[in-house]
Amino acid sequence: MKDNLKWFAKNFTKGLRKKKGLMFVMLFPILLGLCSSGFSADVELIGAGATFPYPLYSKMFDVYNKEYGVKINYQAIGSGGGIRQLTNKIVDFGGSDAIMTEKDLKEAGAPVLHIPTCAGAVVVTYNLSGDPQLKFTPDVIADIFLGKIKKWNDRRITAINPGIKLPDTDIIVVHRSDGSGTTFIFSSYLSKVSPEWKEKVGAGPSLNWPVGLGGKGNPGVAGLVKQTPGSFGYVELIYALQNKMPYGTIKNKKGNFVKPTIASTSLAANTALPDDMKVDLTDTDAAEGYSISGFTWILVYKEQNYADKPEEKAKALVNLLWWMTHEGQKYSEPLHYAPLSKAAVGKAEKLIKSITYKENPILK
Amino acid sequence: MNHTIADVAVPTARSKTTLRYKRGISEASFRKLLYLAGLSLLILLVAIFFSLVVASLPALRQFGLSFLIGKTWDPVRGDFGALAFLVGTLMSSFMALIISMVFSLPVSIFLGEYFRQGNASTFMKSVIELLAGIPSVIYGFWGLFILVPLVRALEVKLGVAPQGVGIFTSSLVLAVMIIPYASSIGTEVISLVPSDLKEAALSLGATRFEVIRKVILPYASSGIFAGILLALGRALGETMAVTMVIGNSNFLPKSIFSPGSTMASVIANEFTEATGSLYLASLIELALVLFIVTMIINVLGKLIIHKMSARK
Amino acid sequence: MKGMAEISIHRRIWADKLFKTLIIVLSLCSIVPMFLILSLIIQNGISVINWEFLTQLPKPVGEVGGGISNAIVGTLWLIVLSFLFSVPLGVFAGIFLSECRGGKLAYLTRLSIEILQGIPSIVIGIIAYVWVVMPMGSFSALSGGVALGIMMLPVIVMATEETLKLVPDSLREASLALGVPYSRTIMKVILPAGLSGILSGILLGVARVAGETAPLLFTAFGSPFMNQNILKPINSLPLTIFNYATSPYPEWHAFAWGASFVLIAFVLGLNLITKLVTKKWKVQF
Repeated sequence: MKDNLKWFAKNFTKGLRKKKGLMFVMLFPILLGLCSSGFSADVELIGAGATFPYPLYSKMFDVYNKEYGVKINYQAIGSGGGIRQLTNKIVDFGGSDAIMTEKDLKEAGAPVLHIPTCAGAVVVTYNLSGDPQLKFTPDVIADIFLGKIKKWNDRRITAINPGIKLPDTDIIVVHRSDGSGTTFIFSSYLSKVSPEWKEKVGAGPSLNWPVGLGGKGNPGVAGLVKQTPGSFGYVELIYALQNKMPYGTIKNKKGNFVKPTIASTSLAANTALPDDMKVDLTDTDAAEGYSISGFTWILVYKEQNYADKPEEKAKALVNLLWWMTHEGQKYSEPLHYAPLSKAAVGKAEKLIKSITYKENPILK
Repeated sequence: MNHTIADVAVPTARSKTTLRYKRGISEASFRKLLYLAGLSLLILLVAIFFSLVVASLPALRQFGLSFLIGKTWDPVRGDFGALAFLVGTLMSSFMALIISMVFSLPVSIFLGEYFRQGNASTFMKSVIELLAGIPSVIYGFWGLFILVPLVRALEVKLGVAPQGVGIFTSSLVLAVMIIPYASSIGTEVISLVPSDLKEAALSLGATRFEVIRKVILPYASSGIFAGILLALGRALGETMAVTMVIGNSNFLPKSIFSPGSTMASVIANEFTEATGSLYLASLIELALVLFIVTMIINVLGKLIIHKMSARK
Repeated sequence: MKGMAEISIHRRIWADKLFKTLIIVLSLCSIVPMFLILSLIIQNGISVINWEFLTQLPKPVGEVGGGISNAIVGTLWLIVLSFLFSVPLGVFAGIFLSECRGGKLAYLTRLSIEILQGIPSIVIGIIAYVWVVMPMGSFSALSGGVALGIMMLPVIVMATEETLKLVPDSLREASLALGVPYSRTIMKVILPAGLSGILSGILLGVARVAGETAPLLFTAFGSPFMNQNILKPINSLPLTIFNYATSPYPEWHAFAWGASFVLIAFVLGLNLITKLVTKKWKVQF
């Protein structure tokens, strides 16, 4: 043993024998890397999911990091990704605007809480010269996405938009190519207003779209619409605003043409809230409410003791969730998301308080 | 045990340590180490294959062979069929191959026959190498910002829906990416055509063009074909550049300007979020198909090359 | 009669000249894209590059400023990890193939390497997800390194084998005749003789994996933070380029150009170094 050690030392000090020396030099950063996992006092949380709230979350997590030192790594891979990675227990929390189905919950194996963080609006955005402000009715939107209305100057579109000259060009539909909560909200709405849509396509995060191009994430769809003349797609409001893209006003259930704003989204969110907050806000009854609104949730397991998770990580997660639903709410409005109403916050608080570690609630 | 001359011929007043150091490990153990290294590569390959099969079992069991001809890819209803992606892959790869051959064959002739040495040759060779070195995401980026608007303008002229993205655009990007692969083998085989054959033709009064047409190309044809196969293998598996410009539609493409998806691009788009084990298994089955297809093509290509070098 | 023969020869000579011109034109056309791409990247990328870009972390969506420092460091980390996974195994396998040329195992190993080389990078990404990410329960730089390592293996094995094959047998025999044990003959005599080729193989392998994105999509995962812990997710240059290029924000597009510039400079720089290494250190026999 001692001899081997001497051999080791002799070899190493024998200068940088190119290959061997290089190997030793390479090993040290690796050892450092492995050690630092023990050294870092910084708790790091990993999350993945919806692109819908990504601008808000990225701001919130940046602020939270600066104030509390906790690093939160959130990758916007789509709500479907959030659900999948949470089910695989590879991330600490998922972000989703799609409600987990019975099948999803069964696969997760344990109860998953849906904690709302804000409400947002899914807008229909388009690329036409002059950026006209267009009006749409539910059936027109459904039929465009079904491929039944093919041209911009179709009679049904011009009828609702008198005075606006629409070109005789094809409508290029743009939808999501990945599993998306935004799609979930949009298709839930379409299923409610169009029986044909409900039968042919249905609602869910990933659909068998009859027509159109696919973009990855809200950014992908926004990018495609922005660059493709004559295109028509759906994105979360902030993406249309940040990219200065026009979006339509939509006739709601009560017959009013409503523009998607914080106010109209909040009105739509002002509805009876179930305790588990798994509620669909589309096709709202509110007179001035915007019809394609939706909550977005952070998904966490109710019982945090899984996969050898240390208690302090669970505590950090719970503290983050509390902050996001309270102090963090002030960042919603500047980014055009509707903050949670008092009632919604109340429900969220109950849900957060029910998160347990080894059966003990974490927040007292 | 293993006495080497070193043990005997080096008179040693030094300690046992130094002697052990000088002797090193025995030949038998070293050879075992080498064998192990070779074996582990084999094991790695087999392990990859098995992992893919095991992970795609749910889909294999559910759909069987009809997976390959199924037209619908419906995650909502759990009905998965790969035909749209197979067609998308084949369309984009073959078109890319044809387009690239228009350029890679001349390059092979350029480097193999006309300019074998000298500055022109070094220049061309270096540039082709650099083409091969550009990462695929950068090709995609370039394709997205430069080619897509160009194709869109073309589509407007042709009266087709000006989407810009689509199978045609992706085959353009692929074509540029595979030029180095298609031309490298071609260059080698063309330059290896025996000079006495060429000189015989020349002395009979043939022009250089005719020598190329009638002597070199036929002789090198199998090598050129092998190069094409390898380029095809590369094109089939290309992911990033294709994802960024192909339009990502999970339907059978209706024309070359339609949006589509390839097996690789749909895996990239949907893997991280495949909810439900059937969905995931279907995606992994696509990977398995890709694996088998590229394996067959690559092995075929190498076989042809080995045969050619054996011929000499 | 003579007139007709002359015309025919004329036509053939013209055809010959035309063909040569065509070949040259088409060949030049095929290299045009490279210049286009490079000039585009340099044009758009260089204006973005400044000290802040190279040393700062990215800012939240929509805010101006920030940089790609974590991507640069992440790429370096991934290279180091893939190096560790592929170089020792790859070099030894290359030695094996050059030393034990005949035999079934050598044949099968060579076949495996050729097949491995042709596997699409996304398939290898899936393998790394199944082998590393799922058992570990987390995305990590380690899994990214495994994926890239598998991709580097064939390049290193082939480069090692080719280089060592060129080392003449007389060198090996002389060393063995002098009584140097077999293992030391290989490690201290043959290997250093072929070092330039092996190194260039390694550098080429690194250049190849530095730009890979697909296998990192579900292994390294990406991160907005600087990360020195290999058991956690990590960002990388190609991932950054992909995310920023497909976004709708012009500031992110500009960043993507800058990141492309850095990546291309790195990859091309490696290629250049490889050429220099081969020239300078190559042992002539």
